[in-house]
Amino acid sequence: MELDFSFYNWDLFKNFLQKGLLFSLQLTLVATVGGIVLGTILALMRLSGQKLLSTPATWYVNLMRSIPLVMVILWFFLLMPSIIGKSIGAELSAYITFIAFEAAFFSEIVRAGIGSIAKGQTAAGQALGLSYSQNMQYIVLPQAFRNMIPVLMTQTIILFQDTSLVYAIGAYDLLKGFEVAGKNFGRPIEAYLLAAVVYFLICFSLSRVVRKIQSKVAIIR
Amino acid sequence: MPLIQMQHVSKWYGSFAVLTDCSTNIEQGEVVVVCGPSGSGKSTLIKTINGLEPFQAGSIMVDGISVGDPKTSLTLLRSQVGMVFQNFELFPHLSVTENLTLAQIKVMKKDPSTAIAQGLKYLDRVGLIEHKDKFPGQLSGGQQQRVAIARALCMQPKVMLFDEPTSALDPEMVGEVLDVMVQLAQDGMTMICVTHEMGFAKKVSDRVIFMDQGKIVEDCTKDEFFNDSGNRSPRAKEFLSKIIQQ
Repeated sequence: MELDFSFYNWDLFKNFLQKGLLFSLQLTLVATVGGIVLGTILALMRLSGQKLLSTPATWYVNLMRSIPLVMVILWFFLLMPSIIGKSIGAELSAYITFIAFEAAFFSEIVRAGIGSIAKGQTAAGQALGLSYSQNMQYIVLPQAFRNMIPVLMTQTIILFQDTSLVYAIGAYDLLKGFEVAGKNFGRPIEAYLLAAVVYFLICFSLSRVVRKIQSKVAIIR
Repeated sequence: MPLIQMQHVSKWYGSFAVLTDCSTNIEQGEVVVVCGPSGSGKSTLIKTINGLEPFQAGSIMVDGISVGDPKTSLTLLRSQVGMVFQNFELFPHLSVTENLTLAQIKVMKKDPSTAIAQGLKYLDRVGLIEHKDKFPGQLSGGQQQRVAIARALCMQPKVMLFDEPTSALDPEMVGEVLDVMVQLAQDGMTMICVTHEMGFAKKVSDRVIFMDQGKIVEDCTKDEFFNDSGNRSPRAKEFLSKIIQQ
């Protein structure tokens, strides 16, 4: 078998990959921010001690964590049109699904992060007269998020890899770009080879960044 | 009327009694040392005073406010009762100045400049003004505990609770914290201190409460406690003899 790499050039990037890369990065960013916000709300609901809040949150997290992501993506995309009466498109569908799915994972990270803050810190806040929400806002969450940053960023790298699953609903992401290019040039093997290298380089360099940040944000103890 | 009135306070987990029928009064300006073997309920007892530990029976009044009453605003009560913890519990992500001002700004709704002025006044009083911009992790244990005392004083509390304030310190740092506490006592602060520092008790306390197995066994003046041991309970005698041996 002869490999032909002659189509590895700027035109390949411009015509096939750029659009997909942009969507993959946007999806990662939106799902991370949305997932952390929603995940923090879910974590606070689970820790609230109010059954009315904690039970639905627990069910939601357990459900999402027990279903493969690709199925959630597919089901949401297929079911939405019959619920709201019209198709919402692959991209919007992907954004919503990823936020909803990642929230479950981020909520577990946030919950563990809150749990990592010693009880004495909360007691000290209470003793000064801080309310429950003030204690969370000023004492517990700022420390918890600092402890969580490495894990949150690692989850974001996994999330970036997972964006490739939108192939199931035909959205045009980075992997799709390689697939289309491979078909176009009649060189699918070379295209997927390059895809592997690009995903590796992006994820590997991101994990190096995480390590750098980890040592920067650590609280002096 | 006493500043703190504790009447028949009991606390239990299931069938395990943590506190049994504890009653005592604490007058304005009084310095009371609470001692006893570990697990005797000393820390739990003082934490019932600011509602950090709930109790199942009895009543506690702090300056006319009932702690156990569900209608009582615990945040308001706690802002008037200072507390110093065994492990300091400064907020490690905030600078010393921010530690001193957070509750003043968020709970007492002071404007930041007033809060900083108040914070630095007390930081100066504990002799650490030059460390105002540092983070807790950059200070020694003794310094951290002095900042923690200043943080509590910033709220201008009516009473200060100390929960074994020197137990987590290296021996050479105990003195600097005790000096601050002695000064505070001499300035007339009402203080309740759980401590094993009998030197402190002899020097500044007015009264000693001795606890064993969740009960207040002795509640007497320091002279009665230290110099009239013949009239003390067997458990208190045993405890005293162990302390003297050290």
